[in-house]
Amino acid sequence: MSAAVALQFDDVTLAYMPGGTPVVRHASITAAPGKITAIVGPNGSGKSSLVRGVLGLMPERDGRILAGTTDIIRAAPRAVSRLIAVMPQRESLAFPMLVRDYVALGRAPFLGVWDAITATDNAIVQDAMRRADVIPFADRRTDELSGGEWQRVRLARTLAQDTPILLLDEPTTFLDIAHEMATFETLSREALSGRTIVLVSHTLTLVARFADHMVLMHDGRVAAAGPPRDVMQAGTLEAVYGWPLVVSHDPAVGAPTLVPLRRPR
Amino acid sequence: MLWTVIPIALLVLMIASLAVGAVPVAPFAVFRALAGKGDDLAITIVRELRLPRVALAILVGAALGSSGAALQGTLRNPLAEPYLLGVSGGAAVGAVLAFLFGITGAASVPLLAFAGAIAAVLLVLGLARAAGSARDPRTLLMAGVIIGAFANAAILILLADASPDRVRGALWWMAGSLSDASWSRVVWLAVYVALGVSLLIARGRLLDVLALGEESAAALGANVAQATQHVFLISALLAAASVAAAGLIGFVGLVVPNIVRAFGVVRHRSLIVAAALGGAVLVLLADLLARTVRAPLELPLGAITALIGVPVFLARLRRIR
Repeated sequence: MSAAVALQFDDVTLAYMPGGTPVVRHASITAAPGKITAIVGPNGSGKSSLVRGVLGLMPERDGRILAGTTDIIRAAPRAVSRLIAVMPQRESLAFPMLVRDYVALGRAPFLGVWDAITATDNAIVQDAMRRADVIPFADRRTDELSGGEWQRVRLARTLAQDTPILLLDEPTTFLDIAHEMATFETLSREALSGRTIVLVSHTLTLVARFADHMVLMHDGRVAAAGPPRDVMQAGTLEAVYGWPLVVSHDPAVGAPTLVPLRRPR
Repeated sequence: MLWTVIPIALLVLMIASLAVGAVPVAPFAVFRALAGKGDDLAITIVRELRLPRVALAILVGAALGSSGAALQGTLRNPLAEPYLLGVSGGAAVGAVLAFLFGITGAASVPLLAFAGAIAAVLLVLGLARAAGSARDPRTLLMAGVIIGAFANAAILILLADASPDRVRGALWWMAGSLSDASWSRVVWLAVYVALGVSLLIARGRLLDVLALGEESAAALGANVAQATQHVFLISALLAAASVAAAGLIGFVGLVVPNIVRAFGVVRHRSLIVAAALGGAVLVLLADLLARTVRAPLELPLGAITALIGVPVFLARLRRIR
């Protein structure tokens, strides 16, 4: 991995159709190296559209998305994939393959047309599989995995890109408590090693414990941003989610904890 | 296992195809005839009649097999095949027009079929682009199916008041045949196949990545829209060239990549090579049967490929998902 690189959305507006209604409006977000930045918000608030924007898949876009000093909207996709590894929200393989081969595809951005995978690439792949804890089933087929195993295999492929920035869309969907925690611990270690970690998530309470910086999206705009303690305010969250809730502090770890309320009958 | 079976099968079928026919030539005499030794009649039959036909069968099979493998990967669909993308429909319209207007010279049917196939492919690509998503496999597939249906309708109308012998000529062409094999045809198809298959092999890793889906492919640095269109065009050109050379030979592009994949070959660089060789085996075997089972009558090649392909496909169906 090369030097630390920040990911920055600078006044970004995105739409699915040219001239269509924007799903992200004038969003500015900075994700610093060595930190975990969590993007949260209700369904349809524009979180995944930000990810598609980074992937260059939003036809209508305005503003700049910067990886360090590279404007990734204008850069070649291959150059971007050497800076940012993205784990999309969903992925299903039309043709199953071995887990090991699948994770090795993470090296694709670094290989020329006729290049074979090198010993260095293999070492990176093996290390990525170790960090994502998928070595026990490295020789299984991707269609023989549980939902949680598949999620970790996808994380391993993302780690195999060995990029300074990781952008993960709902990385802990389908994971049980132990694997969810283990994934967050893995991401914390990746942040400690100097990577920029950006994750999109629905699990506010858990994210609040691990993230250094939280960004709350609402209707395509940034509704609040800052340390978890500042963003996890009942008033703000109630307005954004449109549901009564209470933010307490976990007695064991002291982190802000969100408790959604039942509506009075 | 696949990598030993396919080359052996290919070799055995080549020798058998050169030996079997109206005038049988002993396997040993086949080698002598190839080297230009022995009986003059045998030399002529082997080198001038049967060898171009064998070469054409291999080229047609390689074109269809590799193009099917690449399309299934890009469109992320094991049911995709070159003929689904309007290639067969367009080629058939071109060929039917040639038969209707009596332009049935050795070169004119292939030429019109090729022109028809290319026109249909460009139409499919244009439609998908107009719908705003040439990178979306479903749009490409739907546009291909629609153009194919349109071509079939056009053929029925064109043939409505054609004379019986012209209808017969058109139908015969649509069933596929290698009986018009000639060295000139072999040479120009060889150029297409060499170029097309190399371009696909060069895109092996890109195809692996495209098969993961749009978002993951983009995440791994692929220019999805551009790459999808390139693979689509290369595959369509391969299929169009094979259709022009031998008419419509169904099932090869669909069944061969699926069988190869069921044997555990999934990475596209190997898959394309294996599907090309497997396609050659299937077409060679089908042609051998087509011209020997009810000799001197020649059976439609396209029907034989399906008759062989279906049981093999069914036997492997449990492994194909």
